[in-house]
Amino acid sequence: MNLAEGVQSVSLIILSAMLIAAALGVVLLSNIVYSAFLLGGVFVCISGIYILLNADFVAAAQILIYVGAINVLILFAIMLVNKTEDFKSIPRRWIRNGSTALVCLGLFALLSTMVLITPWQISTTSPAVIDNTMVALGKHFFSDFLLPFELASILLLIAMIGAIVLARRDFIPDISVKSSELTSTALTLPERPRELTNTGK
Amino acid sequence: MAMQLQFYLLLSAALFCIGIFGLVTSRNAVRVLMSIELLLNAVNINLMGFSNFLDPGAIKGQVFTVFVITVAAAEAAVGLAIILAIYRNRQTIDMEQFNLLKW
Repeated sequence: MNLAEGVQSVSLIILSAMLIAAALGVVLLSNIVYSAFLLGGVFVCISGIYILLNADFVAAAQILIYVGAINVLILFAIMLVNKTEDFKSIPRRWIRNGSTALVCLGLFALLSTMVLITPWQISTTSPAVIDNTMVALGKHFFSDFLLPFELASILLLIAMIGAIVLARRDFIPDISVKSSELTSTALTLPERPRELTNTGK
Repeated sequence: MAMQLQFYLLLSAALFCIGIFGLVTSRNAVRVLMSIELLLNAVNINLMGFSNFLDPGAIKGQVFTVFVITVAAAEAAVGLAIILAIYRNRQTIDMEQFNLLKW
């Protein structure tokens, strides 16, 4: 990055404030659609932080994959299970929420003290030593990270097939088909989709 | 410049804690998946900060971030498919009523 130091600091502070506010909105808002759109805001803020960290390729990949794929997938899932149900209230739920908040604050305190007291070995070379991060990433992918790179493609294939198998509607075989009909309709599938369940109220 | 790494690490720690809070307390199953995405992104910020400040010559942190993004995409697809399958059977997305694995 060829920006001045002050510009970087100001944009980092603005991005961090937006990031934390949007993340709190994702967790705390009651309407799930607002949460999904704020999640997209979180991803865009993180992409800006990556640009500040001299990683242009990963910032573009973050926008493409997270905002373009995962967030749209989550919105589709929200629309597919769009049932505004009012959850049954559970007794002493505030104790659970409060204890969870306490544990999270304690975890944050632990992590921040660890971060602040550890003497990090800051590298003295300039962070912008690599001109083109895409070339460097490609060299890593095809030399010393070749096996994880190929395994990632297999993982994506497995995930795709698994998602299709899991989300497919069940098929119930039609048992009342006579043998004479079976020969006449030999080219059609010997199964039919289950009746749509009435999910409306 | 030396303070910046700590700033990024604190930011990712805050995001991680918010994600864990949402993961435990939310009752909508889709919101649980969103919290998991928040957790993965916090880890990514950590990796990118280390890659930029401690290892700027060989950017291995960025390589790991790309792998984490890949795994997150696969996880989101499978998780949402599982939620759709459970919703089709149970007609609810309340986490308190998912007692399929309860002994």
